[in-house]
Amino acid sequence: MLRYLLEKEFKQILRDRFLPKIIFIIPVMQLIILPFAANFEMRNINLSVVDNDHSVTSQQLVDKVLSSGYFRLTDVSARYDEALTSIESNESDIILEIPQEFEQNLGKEGAAEVLIATNAVNGTKGGMGGSYLSSIIQDFNSEKGFTPSQGMGRGVRATNLFNPHLNYKIYMVPGIMVFLLTIIGGFLSALNIVSEKEKGTIEQINVTPVPKSLFLLSKLIPFWIIGFILLTIAILVAWVVYGLVPVGSFGVIYLFAAVYLVAFTGLGLAISSFSSTQQQAMFTAFFFLIIFALLGGLFTPISSMPEWAQKITLFNPIRYFVEVMRMVYLKGSQLSDLRGHFFVVCLFALAFNALAIVTYRKKE
Amino acid sequence: MRQFLSFVRKEFYHITRDARTMMILLAMPVILIILFGYAITTEIKRVPVAIFDQSRDELTLKMTDRIKASEYFDLYSTVDSHAEAQALFRQGKVHVVVVFPPQYASTPDAQAQVLADATDPNEATQLIAYCSAILAEQLASQMAGDSGQLSAAKGITPVVSLLYNPQMKGAYNFVPGVMGLILILICAMMTSIGIVKEKEMGTMEVLLVSPLKPLYIILAKAIPYLLLSMVNIATILLLSYFLLDVPIKGSLLLLVSISVLYAIVALCLGLLISTIADTQQAAMLISGMALMLPIMLLSGMMFPIENMPVVLQWCSNIVPAKFYITAIKDVMIKGLPLAEVMKEIGVLALMAVVLVVLSVKRFKIRL
Repeated sequence: MLRYLLEKEFKQILRDRFLPKIIFIIPVMQLIILPFAANFEMRNINLSVVDNDHSVTSQQLVDKVLSSGYFRLTDVSARYDEALTSIESNESDIILEIPQEFEQNLGKEGAAEVLIATNAVNGTKGGMGGSYLSSIIQDFNSEKGFTPSQGMGRGVRATNLFNPHLNYKIYMVPGIMVFLLTIIGGFLSALNIVSEKEKGTIEQINVTPVPKSLFLLSKLIPFWIIGFILLTIAILVAWVVYGLVPVGSFGVIYLFAAVYLVAFTGLGLAISSFSSTQQQAMFTAFFFLIIFALLGGLFTPISSMPEWAQKITLFNPIRYFVEVMRMVYLKGSQLSDLRGHFFVVCLFALAFNALAIVTYRKKE
Repeated sequence: MRQFLSFVRKEFYHITRDARTMMILLAMPVILIILFGYAITTEIKRVPVAIFDQSRDELTLKMTDRIKASEYFDLYSTVDSHAEAQALFRQGKVHVVVVFPPQYASTPDAQAQVLADATDPNEATQLIAYCSAILAEQLASQMAGDSGQLSAAKGITPVVSLLYNPQMKGAYNFVPGVMGLILILICAMMTSIGIVKEKEMGTMEVLLVSPLKPLYIILAKAIPYLLLSMVNIATILLLSYFLLDVPIKGSLLLLVSISVLYAIVALCLGLLISTIADTQQAAMLISGMALMLPIMLLSGMMFPIENMPVVLQWCSNIVPAKFYITAIKDVMIKGLPLAEVMKEIGVLALMAVVLVVLSVKRFKIRL
């Protein structure tokens, strides 16, 4: 019986004009575009310089700042007001003002001030730009011998593990894979049963002897298989485009993906049986997805969230899978390291599918 | 006119009678504002750290205390071997391990090591900076204690001033972003699905044979969503003004007018999508993937546009939300007058005209 039901589902998906294309093209595009867009590395910060001193030292300082690679000189203004206009028109993000008699003061008293004004509407950018500039100035200080250098005897040596080149893209890619699987598992399945309801074809299923768990299974399996194909494509894209291969084993990734897809498809099906129109199902799914995604540690670290939000993330399946993917991909964590995660994801799969079975009713 | 109004009423019934969708639409901005306002930060605080102290002398114990006392770090555990530290990293229990070599205090050139989990590069950079600063502080105070004085030379001191947002609130950045997102969500997504639904159910035919002109049928569909989105904009502005203390420096009238213009662009986009898609699923996927994602990614709401490759920077120029968000930031936070945002308004208006022409051309009166 299951075979015929599956045949029907696959035909339905494949015969749709849009669905197969969207299911495959858009995720691949996302995987290629998103990591380039979702980049918190600060480069090309637009800098406006006001040099009131016109001395050798001030020129050296400006050169030092520009050679760091973080900044792009947009204009050299004669007065602070002029520089401010360019901030107002969004042409520059940050102003570096060097006061008059800068070199003289530095020579006489060993101390001088420079003024940094950042456009802090975007807090991250303003803050990062300001601190980059400050640290470049510190370097300049010790280079020129204005301050005693810090390398006196005992010091601190820092090492970046697992991602030594601090590449933000390889941090994002495993997370995006999770996001893709979630959209396919959760969104499409949420629309599936309800679309049969809306069209009235569900009545025909309801009058057949098909038991409801079998019916749900026949809905679940296609998305499960699509999810697997998608994951494989994603892994290939990550390898071809970013040269990214998991340090850990593929087995762990696929094992987690299998359970995770069951969990999210279950949630989608539950939403589907809760809803009476596709619009309703879609907005409910969207509502959950956006909360899950924002609280999943995909874009911002969970440890930065306030206590209450961290508690909520414990009930967020995306969080666990994002962690697992990043850990397997970058750190090579093994199944034994991830026992806890595996247990939780299994629990989610059970709970969501139980919910789907309970909420689906064959009777009106 | 009476006919038109009764059409509008019909559309209102469609929306208000689906209580759950209505609830979600009204709750969405509130939830987004709360999440972005309180939960989504990249601030470093209470990051779990492990310490591998092979020396256990007065200096390293003092340093450990300093790390413990800092608001940035929480001591997860002390470890006794590198293998143990590696295991903690692999299980994701700690983000930083500080290693003190044996006889740290008595060796003059001993190096403490800060190992950071650089899976998240930005976090790692900040963690290393904070951790090194804490250790250096202890070293400096130790040295000052030894030699009895602090060195006087200061060199160049940067004086940093943060324009427009002195407290570095993230809210200044995301409130305009959330407004841009919600307007698209309601105006484009809901409109396109609403129209396609009529097609899918076959009720479009009934509407098209009514004496009302097709243009008015579409207008009648758009008006309720436009109103709903304005309710949401009001909610967002009230919440951000009273809850998150985001100022409204510019003119409120200008703010609302720009929002209405942007909502019209969004409605046209929805209309255009409805002429392309045949099923609600397709309409949803198109508006989800082709509108929502680009807005979240390419509008400068979450990620700075200047960091992106040039090709994506070009692409960002066809995303209406980019111009809307820039204009809203200028008016709301910088308090700039109309003249300063004329460029953005012009671009949005141009987009609206092009979209109206395109979708009216594509809109079929006959089935």
